[in-house]
Amino acid sequence: MGEARSDRLAALLAAIPYARFLGMTAQLAGDEMTAILPFSAHLVGNTQLPALHGGVLGAFMEMTALTQLSVREPLRRQPRTIDVTIEYLRPGRALTTYARADVRKVGRRIANVHVEAWQETRASPVAALRGHFLLSLPAEGLGQTG
Amino acid sequence: MTIDLEALAALGERMAQQTPHSAALGLEFVSVEAGVGILKVPYRDDLVGDPRTGVLAGGVITALLDHACGLAVKAAALDFDATATLDLRIDYMRPAEPRRDILARAHCYKLTHTIAFVRAVAYEDDPDDPIAAAQAAFVRAGAAPRPAANG
Repeated sequence: MGEARSDRLAALLAAIPYARFLGMTAQLAGDEMTAILPFSAHLVGNTQLPALHGGVLGAFMEMTALTQLSVREPLRRQPRTIDVTIEYLRPGRALTTYARADVRKVGRRIANVHVEAWQETRASPVAALRGHFLLSLPAEGLGQTG
Repeated sequence: MTIDLEALAALGERMAQQTPHSAALGLEFVSVEAGVGILKVPYRDDLVGDPRTGVLAGGVITALLDHACGLAVKAAALDFDATATLDLRIDYMRPAEPRRDILARAHCYKLTHTIAFVRAVAYEDDPDDPIAAAQAAFVRAGAAPRPAANG
């Protein structure tokens, strides 16, 4: 079961061209996922510090939320982002970044997810994201939409 | 204060081409005026979020909006000081059209000594028919009195 889940997660990320572009991977402990973004020169937004581009951290956390939802709700199609609010707490340094998503609520159509990204110390996150995501119905085509 | 549009355009080109992540995404400078910057991300297969749809990933739009907002802040502040994003909210109104370039137009509508407030939209053809809208706040690195830094 656990291995099948891990394989499915790896296949899911491998099928997303943009996840490959970022270099993002993920590990599972049960149904809890840790997303991993190794440092790479093409992710830099500020060469003087150097620091990761703010868009990279935002994108990484959004992908973390979407992927965690896919792990939790395997029978639904890939969710769509409705809105995200990204808070930047510290510069993302030239280090591996990790992120975990906390699925706060899964409704019939809408999920609320909080994500935190950190580098060396989880207690000192570099950025956080809160977002709403649109889910397909468990049995697509049944019931009303909206 | 007169606006040196040529210098701002040169800055926009540099921001698009010389920032490593912007260059990796292939961002292109489109135009700049007082407080307003427009950038474009040309469609590329390797930036797609869902290969079944051929639509650019949301994260690409996030980075495009963030970068365009940064340009708008510089175009409003008329300085080249580094800025740092404080927060960024993005509403996704509709899916992007498959296999299309996406533009982002950002407007820095308020500048204080320390903070810049920016709104932006992402679209294919018409800013009034946006894919996504963003609201952002930036910290101005040059706000605190200290020896000049640039970037």
